[in-house]
Amino acid sequence: MNRGKITKGIGAGMALIGAAGFSGSAMAGNAASKPVKVAVVTFLTGPASSVFGLPSKRGAEVMVKAINKGIVPAPYGSEGFGGHKVVAKYVNEAGGNSQQVQNYKNLVEKDHEDVILGYLSSGSCKAIAPLSDQLDELTVLASCGTPDVFNKHHPYIFRTMSDETADSVAAARYVQDKFPHLESFTGFNQNYSWGHESWNQFSLAMKDLMPNVKKGKNPQFARFLSGHYSSQISSLLLSNAKLVQTSAWGGDLTSFLNQGRMRGLFQKKKVLMTSASTVYYQMGKGMPNGVIIGVRGPYGILGRHIKTPLNKWFIHEYKEEFGKYPPSAAYMYAQAMLATKVAYDKAAGQSGQKKVPTTKAVASAFTGLKFKSFTTEVDFRNANGHQAVTKDGYGITHWNKSTGRPDVKDVVFFSAGCVNAPPGVNSIKWLKEGMPGATCKNSGSN
Amino acid sequence: MHTFVTVALDGLEFASYLFIVSVGLTVIFGVMRILNVAHGAVYGWGAYVAAIVIGWASAAALPVWAYFVGIGLTSVVVGAAFGLIVYFAFVRRMEGQDEVILLLLTFGLFLALENLSLLVFGGTSHYSFAPVMALGRVTVGGTLRTNYGFSIIGLAALVGVACWYFFDRTRTGRLIRVVIYDREVAETLGVNVNAMQCLTFIGGSVLAALGGAYIAPTISVQPGLGTQIIVMAFAVSVVGGLGSISGAMIGALIIGLLRSVAIHFVPSLELFVIYGVMAAVLLVRPEGLFPPPKARSI
Repeated sequence: MNRGKITKGIGAGMALIGAAGFSGSAMAGNAASKPVKVAVVTFLTGPASSVFGLPSKRGAEVMVKAINKGIVPAPYGSEGFGGHKVVAKYVNEAGGNSQQVQNYKNLVEKDHEDVILGYLSSGSCKAIAPLSDQLDELTVLASCGTPDVFNKHHPYIFRTMSDETADSVAAARYVQDKFPHLESFTGFNQNYSWGHESWNQFSLAMKDLMPNVKKGKNPQFARFLSGHYSSQISSLLLSNAKLVQTSAWGGDLTSFLNQGRMRGLFQKKKVLMTSASTVYYQMGKGMPNGVIIGVRGPYGILGRHIKTPLNKWFIHEYKEEFGKYPPSAAYMYAQAMLATKVAYDKAAGQSGQKKVPTTKAVASAFTGLKFKSFTTEVDFRNANGHQAVTKDGYGITHWNKSTGRPDVKDVVFFSAGCVNAPPGVNSIKWLKEGMPGATCKNSGSN
Repeated sequence: MHTFVTVALDGLEFASYLFIVSVGLTVIFGVMRILNVAHGAVYGWGAYVAAIVIGWASAAALPVWAYFVGIGLTSVVVGAAFGLIVYFAFVRRMEGQDEVILLLLTFGLFLALENLSLLVFGGTSHYSFAPVMALGRVTVGGTLRTNYGFSIIGLAALVGVACWYFFDRTRTGRLIRVVIYDREVAETLGVNVNAMQCLTFIGGSVLAALGGAYIAPTISVQPGLGTQIIVMAFAVSVVGGLGSISGAMIGALIIGLLRSVAIHFVPSLELFVIYGVMAAVLLVRPEGLFPPPKARSI
C-alpha cells in the first residue's frame, strides 16, 4: 500500500468516525429518546438495610416502574419525567461518610447521573451537601432528618419530607394531647448527632408545651451499633421518669425493643419511639402494645388508613409486587420519586421543548413546589423553597387480634404548620422562643 | 441499695461478656506474640451461625437445652474451622516475621472475613431471642433481669475455671506455659512448639466464636459486629496485661464496672471510661496491671 492510499484510508476512516459522531450527536439531540438517569442511594447492606434500605428501594422501584408506564393515578399519569424514561440505579449508602462522598463524585462525574435521590442517614446528607454545590447536581433528599443541611443555601438540594423538628414537636404535642398528667420524662438515644439533636429538640418542645413536666437527670446516649443496652435499660427502669423518648433506629432500635421487652420496660414506662414505625411491620407481634410511635409523617402503618386514590393505588401496587404493606421507608422514597417527577414535568411544561430540562430548570420548578402526595400535601415552603413540610402523626401500637396484624390506635395527625418552624425561621430558635406562629389543625384517622 | 445492686450486676454481666471474648485474644498473644485482630471476625461469624442455628431450633420447637447445645456446637465448629484455616494458611507461613507484619496480616484477614460474612449472611439483621425468652426472668435489685444475663456470668466463671485448670493442672497446659516463658527453651526440652501454638490458636478462636454465639440471642446480629468488640477486647487485654488470663479477668471487671457506673450516673462518659482507663494504664504501667511473668535474662 503506498503513502497516498494510506492517507486516503485514514481520511475515509476519519470521515466515517466523524459521521458516526455526527449521528451520535443527532441522536443525543432527540430529546424523547434520552432518559433521565437517577441514582437512588440507600442502605443496601448493614444494620439499616432490612428495616430502611430494602423497603426504600422497593418504594422507589414501584414508582419508577409505574412512572415509566404512565400508570400513576391522576394527575401524575404522564409517562416518565417530563416525557423522558427514568433509568434508576441503586447505590449502597453503607460504608460511612467518606465513602458516600466518593460515591457521589463517581455518580456525577463518571456515571453522569442526572439526579441523586435518597440518603437515610443525616451524616450522609451533611457529607454530600457541599458536593451538590460544587458539581451543580440535582440532589433530592428522601429521608435524612437533620435540619443542619439547610443552615446554608444549596441551590440544587431539595428535601421531600419534613425534617427532625417535626418528629420532636409532633411527639411532644401528642404527649400533651394524650398524656396531659405526665410528671416526668427521660430519653434513650444513639450517641451521635442524630440522637443528640432529637433529644434536644424533644426536650425544648416539651418545655414549651408542658413546662411543669420534669426532665430526667440522666438521659441515655448509647454507643451507635453497640447492641448491648442492659445497663441503659436498668438505668431507665430505676429512673423516676414516667415516659422514655427514643429516636433510635435500625438494628439498635430492634435490640432495644427486644431487650426492653424482656426487662419489663414497656410495662413500667410509657415509651415514645419517633422512628419505630419503620420496624413495626417487621417486629409484628414482637412489638409491645401501648408504645407511642411515629415516623415524621403519615407514612407506613400510620398512613395505611388514609384513603386517597393515590395511597390506595400505592398500597395495592406495593402489595402486588412484594406481598406486604409498604413500610414508612417505602413511602419516603416513593414520595421523593414522585416529587422529582412533578418538578421535571413542571420544568418540561414550562420550557415547551422535548429536550430533557436542565438541572437549573428542574431546580427552579422544585423551588416552592406544592403537590398532593400519597397521604399528605407536600409543601416546599421552608429553606427558601427547598425544604418540604408535611403533616405529621403519632399513634399507639396494638396487635389487632381480629386481623392478625399489627395496628395503631389513637392516631393524631398534626398539620405541617403545627410541627414545623415557619419559613425563614431557624428550628432551634423557634423552639427556644416557644414555637411562635405555629398553626394547628389536627385530625385523627382511627 | 437497688441502684448499687443494679450497677454491680450490670457491670458484672458486661464484664463477663468482655472476658469470654478477650481471654482468647490474650491467650493467643501470650503464646504466639500475635495481636490477632481477626479474632473480632471469628466472634462475628460465631454470632451469625448461632443466630441461624437457634432460628432452626426455634422453628422446630426443640426444647430449651437444644439452644445451648446449638450454641456450644457452633462455637466449636466455627472456632475450630477458622482457627485451623487461619493458622495453617497464614499464621504458620508467616512465622518468625515481625509482630507488626503479623498484626497487619490479621487486620487484613479481619476485613476479608467481615466482608465474606456480608456475602454469606447478607446485609440484614438476624434475630434469635428464643433462648432469652425460654430462660425467663427474675426481679433483683428492684428491676426485672433476664436469667440469660445471669447465665453469661456463669459461663464466664466456667471459662475462667476451665482456663485455670487447663493451664495449671493439665500436662498440655503446662507445656503451653513453658512456650509462653521461653519458646527456645521449650524447643530444646523437646516440646512440640508448633503443635502447642496450633492448639492455642484454635482454642482462642473457639473462645471468640463462643463469645459471639452466646451473645447472639441478646442482640441484633448485624454487619460490623466484630469491629465493635475487637476494640473493646483490646482495651480489656491492655488494661489487664496482654497474655495474662487473670489480667483479662481483672481488666474486664474494671472496664465492665466503670462502664456501668458511667451509664447510671454520667451516661455521656460511657466510651470515655473504657478508653480513658486504657490510656491511663498504658501511661502508668504500659505492660498492663497483671502482665504474664517473664523469663529472667542472665
